[in-house]
Parts: sequence; structure tokens; C-alpha cells
Amino acid sequence: MASTRLREPAPVRWALRLVAVVYVFLLVLWPVSLVVKYTFADGMTALTSALSDPDVTAALKLTAVVALSAVAINLVFGVWMSILLVRYDFWGKRALSALIDLPLSVSPVVVGLALVLAYNPRTGLFGTRLDAAGVQVIFSTPGMIMATAFVALPLVIREVVPVLSEIGDEQEQASRSLGANAAQTFRRITLPSIKWAVVYGLVLTLARSLGEFGAVKVVSGNIVQQTQTATLVVESKYQGFDQDAAYATAFILATASVICIVVVSLLRPKEES
Amino acid sequence: MSIEIKDVNKNFGDFVALRDVSLNIPTGQLTALLGPSGGGKSTLLRIVAGLESADSGTVMIEGKDATRLPPQKRNVGFVFQHYAAFKHMSVAKNVAFGLEIRKRSKAETKRRVEELLELVHLSQFAHRLPSQLSGGQRQRMALARALAVEPTVLLLDEPFGALDAKVRKELRDWLRRLHDEVHVTTVFVTHDQEEALEVADEIVVINDGRIEQIGSPDELYDRPANDFVMGFLGPVTRLSGALIRPHDIDVFTSGSVGGAVPGEVTRLLRVGFETRLTVQPSGSAGAKGSGGSGAGEVPAPGREDDVTVVLTRSHAREMDLDVGSRVWLAPNRGATMMPVVRAV
Repeated sequence: MASTRLREPAPVRWALRLVAVVYVFLLVLWPVSLVVKYTFADGMTALTSALSDPDVTAALKLTAVVALSAVAINLVFGVWMSILLVRYDFWGKRALSALIDLPLSVSPVVVGLALVLAYNPRTGLFGTRLDAAGVQVIFSTPGMIMATAFVALPLVIREVVPVLSEIGDEQEQASRSLGANAAQTFRRITLPSIKWAVVYGLVLTLARSLGEFGAVKVVSGNIVQQTQTATLVVESKYQGFDQDAAYATAFILATASVICIVVVSLLRPKEES
Repeated sequence: MSIEIKDVNKNFGDFVALRDVSLNIPTGQLTALLGPSGGGKSTLLRIVAGLESADSGTVMIEGKDATRLPPQKRNVGFVFQHYAAFKHMSVAKNVAFGLEIRKRSKAETKRRVEELLELVHLSQFAHRLPSQLSGGQRQRMALARALAVEPTVLLLDEPFGALDAKVRKELRDWLRRLHDEVHVTTVFVTHDQEEALEVADEIVVINDGRIEQIGSPDELYDRPANDFVMGFLGPVTRLSGALIRPHDIDVFTSGSVGGAVPGEVTRLLRVGFETRLTVQPSGSAGAKGSGGSGAGEVPAPGREDDVTVVLTRSHAREMDLDVGSRVWLAPNRGATMMPVVRAV
């Protein structure tokens, strides 16, 4: 293919590459490297003192709980929804498909606000009943998980849907004709075929969930050591002139994302062989 | 009777795929469902397999009502045009799939898989992935996979349609031989009349959601029920108002035969061992647009009433035919002729 591709003159090619590299450097690499630089300005002290600060450790634990729960919810719901959208025809399918993209276009703050309106214990439609049953959604972990799951909702689906439509349903039909029931077909045929799309969607979901800020801030109430996630800690520490802790927490968040990307790129090539 | 189909109807929205189709398929035979694309033959096959459901009517397999059974309970082997290979499994795993679902013992599964791979000549590829096989090999794997579960009927949906001409011919012979060995009731869908004539014990011609004719290849070829069947089983042309096959016309260079139609050769085309003539009957000048073309009729590049004739090359050479030659045409003895009735 490369030989048949239309080729620009060498100076143009170099100029295009340079623009791309400079753009990525100025926008991503340099600012992120500054976080690393400031984190390690005094060696490991910022990191160790942050990790012994109960505000930070509580927030990191909460972030892990919220992010992993959102990932688990979106795994089940995302795969189920993708199969529904690709394999079945029903009334309102297009509307549903459009609705799934909503979290990408709506500001997370709006999402948070909407959840507060729906689930707050005083006036919320469900909130009053849930409160009566002893379940607190808003200003508590369930609400934060809901907000995060909502925001990350399309990521698994948008990865899985194209793969599902590309592989078609003939393999599934073959499996059925060979005696497998729906569950066996899903486990042995469908799931292995979409495995990588699911993994990729999950990593994106995890990265998105770790970094979620706006929706969680509105829903959580931002209570220190109770409903404060890592991103909220970064902001409050930064504004509270505890910049070292802010840098260190930001560094941990960034590292988690980089690990996600590395893990995926290590796993992916196996797909070809 | 292995498969009994009764009064089956199927619509896709406004499109009528099958209307009141009834058909009995005998045990142990190789039956071809032949017809043009969109004629409903694949739909019928998929209804038998349970991959599609009929709007009305019943399907019995080996005496059991299968109309409402899901595909996995019908014990039917299905082979798809595009193989439907399980891409993430090795060839051996693909073949073993149905046996593993049926919880057969490891030893039995292994033995059976080896047996089947032997049968389809893929033993040395057992550990390859389907993507490392050629199209023909993949289809043989799909066949072994379908046969592994010892189905009561084997259904093949345009099994050789995605393969190139040479491989298609090889696999066709091979399917015939395989069927002679295995004897499982087999139904295959094809739009290739040569494939059906060569392989099948019985041919069911389906067009426009209806069965046009059922019979052995010879019956269909010698006694087509209508002009559609005749046209679909091979090229036809028109001689004195009747459909006839181009190779069933005798060519004479003198008008001594009674009833022969005089004409002039307007085009001569050699294709391999054949010579194709286009003959314009004399006295037909101005008769343009007199008749429509029937189904499958050879489109004459010139005029509506031109006659197409096929001769062997040596025969044409003997008669010293060329463009402009004066000839007389007559149907040969035993030619299948069909008066044109259907207005198009």
C-alpha cells in the first residue's frame, strides 16, 4: 500500500510531521511532564507525604471503588446493550442508539445536577422512596458510581457495536445449528470474537472513570475523607495551597492512565497471530 | 420422507419470499433447490434449519414436527456460503464444537474429529486457524463440523458460491463422492444449474416464492414443465415460435430438408471447442419487436427473431460456415421444444 499512496514532496511531509509533533508536545507532553517534574521536585517526599495523608489515601480508595464499580456496571450493560442494538430490531432502536451518545455531548456537570434532582432524598422522584428504604444515593457512593457510569456509558458500546456488526451473525447461527443454546453461543462464540473490543472499551471506561470530575463533584457533596475522590482532592489541595499533595495525586492518576494504555498496547498485538 | 414441508408462507415486509410451498424430501438423497437469486430457495432452507421462522405452515423432520423447535434442537447440519468458521478456534476445535456441546467424552471427540478431518482431507491442518486455510479448505472444514454431530439432515446454502470456478468444480465432485460415502439426507441451495444437474439426485426448481418443478436432472432437462424451467436449466433460443436449446438445432447448407427454416449467418463466435452462430431467418425483415424474450433466452445482439445455434468446432469447419453463409435450420431428433406461452 505504501508504495501506491500519493506522496507529498519531502519538505511538505517533514513540515506536516513537525506540526503534529509540536502540537502534541505543547498540548499534552509538556504540561504532563511538568506534573511529573513538580511531583519529584524534592525527590520522593511529595509522594510519600501525600500517601500518608489520610485525605489522599481515602480519596484514592474511593476513586478505586467508584471507578471499578462503574467499569463492572458498564461491562455488563455495555455488552448487553451492544448485542441488543446490533442483533435485534425493535421499535425505538434508533432513538435508543442516539440516547446512548448523550453522555458524550452533555456536560458532566449537567449529568450530576440531573442525578441530584432525580435522586435527592427530599424532592427526588425516586430519592424519597429510596431514602425511606434507608438508601442514600446523593452525597454518597451509590450516586457517585451512577454519575461515573453515566458519563462513561458509551465507551464500551461504541467499541463493541462496530465489531459485532462486522463479524455478522453467521458464526452464531452455525453455533446454534450445532446444538449450542443462546448462553453457550454467547460464551463460546460471541464473547471470544468481541473480546478485544470489550477490553479496549473497559480500559477507556476505567481511564474515564478515574478522571471523572464534574458529575462526581455535584453528586458527592465533596466531603473530605468521605465522598472526595482523587480528582476532587487534586482540586481542593491545589486551592488549599497544598500543591505538593495536589501534584502527587495528579501524578498517581496520570500514572494509572498510562499503565492502562501500556497494558492495552501490550495485549493487542496477540490478536493478529 | 425425511423432510416434509407443508403450506409454508414467508414474507419479509411487503416482499413475498415463499407462498404456499409444499415439498417432500426423501431420505438419503442429495436434493438441490435451484433457482434465481431472491427466488426464496435460501429462505426455505433456513426455515428447515430453524434459522428463520415461517409465517404459516409446518416443517416435519424425520416424522417429528419441527416448526416451533429452535435450531439447536433440530439436529440439522448447516453449511453457510461464507463458511461461518469460528475464527478464534483451530480447525480441530471447529469440528469438535458440536461434540463438546453434546458433552461427548474427550476420547470419543478426539477420535471422531480425526475421522472427519481424514474424510475431508484436512488432517494435516488440524491445528491451523481458519484464516490460514483457503476458501475450499474452509468450506470442507465447515462440512466436517456440520457432519460431526451426525445430523439427520445436512443443509448447504450456496456452499460453493464464494469459491472460484476451478475449486467449485472440484468441491462439487467431492461433495457427490462424500454423499455416496456418508448417505446423509442432503439439501443444497444453488443458482448454478450445472452444479444442480451434475450433483443432485433430485432438483427442485424454485422461482418467485413458488416451486416450478420437481424431478430428476434428466426429467427436468428433457421434460421441463414450463419455459422458465427450460430457460433456467441452460441457454435457449427461439426457432419458428418455440423455445429450443441452441445445440438441439441441426444446420444444413442446402434446403433439401422439409420444414427447415432458411437464413443467413450474421455472426460467428468461437468459444473453445464450440462455435456459436447467430442466424437471421430470411423473410423476417421488418419483424422487429414481434416477440418478447423468455426467461433465460440467449440475448441476441442483433434482432429479436435471430436464432442462436451452437455447433462443435469441427462440425462448423466441415460445413465451411462463415458470416454471410446461407443455411437451413431444423430441430434435431428428440430436441426439447417449448411453445412460447408466457407473455413477458
